Amino acid sequence: MYEPGQTVRIRALQPPGHVRTPHYLRGKTGVIERVLGPYENPEQRAYMLPAPEKPLYRVRFSMAEIWGDGAEHPEDTLDAEIYEHWIEAAHAA
Amino acid sequence: MGGDAAGPVPTDQHDFALWEKRVDALMILGAARGHFTVDGLRRALEDMGEQAFEDMSYYERWIASINQNLIEAGVYSLEELGSKMEEVRTRGETYGAAQDV
Amino acid sequence: MPHDHHDHLSPSGHPYRSDNDAPLSYWQVMEIAVRELMIEKGEVTAAEVAAQIDAMDARNPSHGARVVARAWDEPEFRAALLADATNATREMGFDIGPMNLVAVENTQDVHNVIVCTLCSCYPRNLLGLPPDWYKTREYRSRTVKEPRKVLAEFGVELPDNVTCRVHDSTADMRYIVLPARPKGTDGWTQEALAELVTRDSMIGTGLAKQP
Repeated sequence: MYEPGQTVRIRALQPPGHVRTPHYLRGKTGVIERVLGPYENPEQRAYMLPAPEKPLYRVRFSMAEIWGDGAEHPEDTLDAEIYEHWIEAAHAA
Repeated sequence: MGGDAAGPVPTDQHDFALWEKRVDALMILGAARGHFTVDGLRRALEDMGEQAFEDMSYYERWIASINQNLIEAGVYSLEELGSKMEEVRTRGETYGAAQDV
Repeated sequence: MPHDHHDHLSPSGHPYRSDNDAPLSYWQVMEIAVRELMIEKGEVTAAEVAAQIDAMDARNPSHGARVVARAWDEPEFRAALLADATNATREMGFDIGPMNLVAVENTQDVHNVIVCTLCSCYPRNLLGLPPDWYKTREYRSRTVKEPRKVLAEFGVELPDNVTCRVHDSTADMRYIVLPARPKGTDGWTQEALAELVTRDSMIGTGLAKQP
């Protein structure tokens, strides 16, 4: 389990098929904004398979982290919902 | 598609047609019956590929996805679908005329 | 007219639908076939489909506007909404069903905007069906990367000292923006305040109207 304020990295996996994690956030580092609770894993739900519950988090990223020099306004932020199995602990950037 | 380059956001707005609202209703009712999930609908939408976004309207993609999921769930067979679509086409040349009485 | 026996009146009461008289498309044929097969298989009834459409037509941004106006007027409700929007709005009679709702507040330092890059997630129970632009490739692609340019196209110019927070709504949560209360509205009733709350102000592509 992760806690609000913790720095995390989104795993940069690229499997085919339906994955909820947005492509533009894979490999990026953010901070847990809040814990949303357990939800059935959409990667199984997409195929009508038994779907175990996984913790879901809202993770906040800076635009500078996501887009680098291409960021429109580096301090702006983006929040997205990420499942725990797509998250790994990281050190603050 | 997050982050891809694209032009100005189009602001045209249309009133939803009856057939579009029916697609929306079938999505909600079919999910409520447990035949598919929002994730299954998205999976089928994504499997249509990028070109479907150019060639098909929003509710065209959704009815295609709903149908794909209902076929996979075994609610009806491809043969039943094909026969029904063939029969619907014989009813008339407009959406209004093709409704069953 | 051959098509009026199954026609569905819109809230405007307009009985004639030009789309019913356009040449039948492949996808319309599929919709009719899927719906009739669902009915024949006992999965749904025609009445359920019609009732679902009625419910859809009955939901519109005035619901969300009532929530916003109440949050502006009642500090305790505002706190409850920001802490747990699912339950706060359910107690007002706006059930979001199996979804959960998160309310994000605009202040003088922060402006929030909502997008769904995966498809078209939208707080339908409070705002009705999403506008066409919300579902376009352009809005979904650009809002996560250049929200200020997108907002400018909607007429919202964010000062440099305001942080823009983009929320990518991807399925389990629905988001609604609690816009900033316009100045000069002290003592207004909730009914009057609700008139200032636009649909776009609750998505974040607009601001509440000035009195």
